[in-house]
Amino acid sequence: MDSTALELLTKARELGDAEAVALGPGATEAAAQLGEYGAATVYAGDDEVYADYIAEPAAHTLFELIGQHSPDLILFATNYDSRDIAGRLAAKTGSTLMSNAIGLPSTEVAQTAILGGATIVDVKLEGTPKLVLVRPKSFVPEPAGGEASVVPVDVPIGEDLRRARRLERHEEQAAGPKLDEAAVVVSGGRGLQEAANFDLLEQLASAIGNAAVGATRAVVDAGWVPYALQIGQTGITVKPSVYLAFGISGATQHMVGMKGAKRIIAVNKDEEAPIFQIADLGIVGDAMKLLPQLIDEIKARKG
Amino acid sequence: MNIVVSVKHVPDPNVPMEMSGERIRREGVQGVLDPGDEFGVEAGLLIKEAQGGEVALVSMGPAPAMEAIRRALSMGADRGVLVTDDALAGADALVTARVLAAAIRRSEYDLVICGVESTDGYTGAMPAMLAEFLGIPMVTFVKKFEQTDGSLKVHRQTADGYHVVECTLPALVTVTAGVNEPRYASFKGIMAAKKKPVDQISLADLGLSPNDVSVLQSVTGMASAEARKAGEIIEDDGTAATRIADFLTEAKVI
Repeated sequence: MDSTALELLTKARELGDAEAVALGPGATEAAAQLGEYGAATVYAGDDEVYADYIAEPAAHTLFELIGQHSPDLILFATNYDSRDIAGRLAAKTGSTLMSNAIGLPSTEVAQTAILGGATIVDVKLEGTPKLVLVRPKSFVPEPAGGEASVVPVDVPIGEDLRRARRLERHEEQAAGPKLDEAAVVVSGGRGLQEAANFDLLEQLASAIGNAAVGATRAVVDAGWVPYALQIGQTGITVKPSVYLAFGISGATQHMVGMKGAKRIIAVNKDEEAPIFQIADLGIVGDAMKLLPQLIDEIKARKG
Repeated sequence: MNIVVSVKHVPDPNVPMEMSGERIRREGVQGVLDPGDEFGVEAGLLIKEAQGGEVALVSMGPAPAMEAIRRALSMGADRGVLVTDDALAGADALVTARVLAAAIRRSEYDLVICGVESTDGYTGAMPAMLAEFLGIPMVTFVKKFEQTDGSLKVHRQTADGYHVVECTLPALVTVTAGVNEPRYASFKGIMAAKKKPVDQISLADLGLSPNDVSVLQSVTGMASAEARKAGEIIEDDGTAATRIADFLTEAKVI
């Protein structure tokens, strides 16, 4: 299960009576764990239509459930699918949708980070139900030891909602751990000069072991690496034990996605680079020169 | 194939963002066509070149937003619509989607193209709202078009790969960076753009009232986040690799 769901339930049960909706194959199976993290009821729909067709069946079902149960607040984990579902749902309900939330002081106020995470803004939400997309890792999941009662979802999905269909699923085998789960993130920016040099980051990550490669928006926009590697305000939030930034100046957009790292090491030619203001160890130097040395050094130490 | 591309005029992302009260400061800040939208414009132009039809632009924003439309016209788009109204200051994603939907519905269209998320507001929710208001299916995070004739077949980026998705037309797509290489505007393109038709319209022209564009979010507080402190900064004198390896050893990750 997406661990963000458990983070959201932990927060939701603190704010009020929490229930969960699970849609797609495996939904009923997930109910036990959702109950353990605070869901009193799980509305479960195992129909494959939710996995096979993008956003429309799920948004429709949620809209029907809202009509039946009148929730005050609906929390979504920020990911590829739920942004689509939440967006469609907001247009159906006409109620407010808050994106990129990182905190929920109450059921009516959501917090978001701006200016590269330097400032936290409280946003009051009006109307019902309030829809909030929460960034992963905003809350720490804690089991409460409850048990959920399961209510099967039985909402008919007509042909008119079966328009965008997944034909094939391709997983690109990335060596090593997932970016948002790795103990170490090795990240590159424009200072790496060209796409081919990301290979050095791959080599460093594999030398370190439990490490994944990330990137800034600038190099994703330049087409060097896929969007899935993007760390920042747009993209993934990471909180590894150590974050190594190579050739990253520290644009506000990037910093908000990585400043939660336990330790930060930054390498940049420009001593004025903003990234040095948050680095525990800053190296003013050429990332391209340093990377091969570092790979050799780590290989040597690990034998 | 009639294609609509939504474009946004945003503060130059290379200039550090500042706040003006509770909103992003836009006055006196150089604006540009959102770099993310250039991929959408290029995608529209490529499809038009292959299949014929037109590429129309739609945007919402104060009068200077016309610059973003002109820029996209100079890349080769055919015409533009800019919705400008004082009542739209501070509009959120839902309001923006409602307004753009009304503007798009004024003409016949087969495909609406948006960027994945804007560079300034980055909610990423507007395209889904727009698709819902238009009543059409949608595929977000498109990184490759396989087929655009009759129906869509595209590759959609996922967290660990991609999905091949088939979708009926009319539809809305959002395109990622990397879907194409946006062209530069030629001098000829820039000159031609000056003569291309652009409609500047108001809410009333769309049959919308200020009630339709009321915003349900308000900023009630701002605080500085807990700041990280800078640690040790050293010049690389040839020992930096050793220093980093020592640091990683101390952190128990190697």
